[in-house]
Amino acid sequence: MSTIVVEVMPKAELLDPQGKATTGALDRLGKGQFTNVRIGKRFELTVDGPITDEIRAEVQEIAEGILSNQVIEDVVSITYPEAD
Amino acid sequence: MKIGVITFPGSLDDRDAIRAIEIAGAEAVSLWHGDHDLKGVDAIVLPGGFSYGDYLRAGAIAAFSPIMTDVVEQAGKGMPVLGICNGFQMLVEAKLLPGGLLRNAHQQFIRRDQKLRVENTNTAFTSHFAQDQEIIIPLKNADGGYQCDAETLKMLEGEGRVAFRYVGVNPNGSLNDIAGLTNAAGNVVGLMPHPEHAVEPGFGPNTPEAMRSGEDGLPFFTSVIAQFATAA
Repeated sequence: MSTIVVEVMPKAELLDPQGKATTGALDRLGKGQFTNVRIGKRFELTVDGPITDEIRAEVQEIAEGILSNQVIEDVVSITYPEAD
Repeated sequence: MKIGVITFPGSLDDRDAIRAIEIAGAEAVSLWHGDHDLKGVDAIVLPGGFSYGDYLRAGAIAAFSPIMTDVVEQAGKGMPVLGICNGFQMLVEAKLLPGGLLRNAHQQFIRRDQKLRVENTNTAFTSHFAQDQEIIIPLKNADGGYQCDAETLKMLEGEGRVAFRYVGVNPNGSLNDIAGLTNAAGNVVGLMPHPEHAVEPGFGPNTPEAMRSGEDGLPFFTSVIAQFATAA
């Protein structure tokens, strides 16, 4: 069994309303040194067996085609904790 | 004429859409997300709601459902498809319309009677409006902030594909006050506000004449019905 971690973030140039609201909350709590928060998503995928080249290609495809919407989000990393 | 309304897990406004279609004078046909059967309908409405609880992204999982492959195929052949709210989000996720919808800029769910300007009357769902007619229909969503890249925005504006624009208030941070779009052919239309909630006196938005008397949503449905009446 192997794990794959895919991280997706809202595009840098777009407003991230969740991050903005959290930044505001930190400021109200006296933690204003944290001047910006951006919130993204982390997906942990599991496959039976080892990470093959085929699996890597499939992960790339679903990361860009299903797990993210490339209009509003970027896939910022794909990692294979056991394999790398 | 038959108009299909697809129910997805988490659809809320499918019954309202059916009612609107019947009030407008067509036969409404219930369709199911898990089928590959459009039951011979002439047009389709993707209704509002929170399909799959907005998991992953609003409309995303529904856009990958079995019936959507049939919807995409028929839309490509010219079948009229109207996406309302969550349905608009599905059209964007299914890439029938460009762009994406973000969480509202103020981070809150919003419900208001919203003024819109109809800027393209050459679509399957807007021919019964006058150019630049201002209408009021309910808006209610969490993820309604329309976004796309600069090149796409220029194309949409240049080709007149912004079918509806918010007037007075931009309720969600949408680029250029975009409330709804059409595809290039004019048969696929999506918008965040809800025409199906403004089709019957007593249940629509308030108007200067009387409370709850607004029926500005009805022409969406009569437009597409008329198109088939003249074709037949």
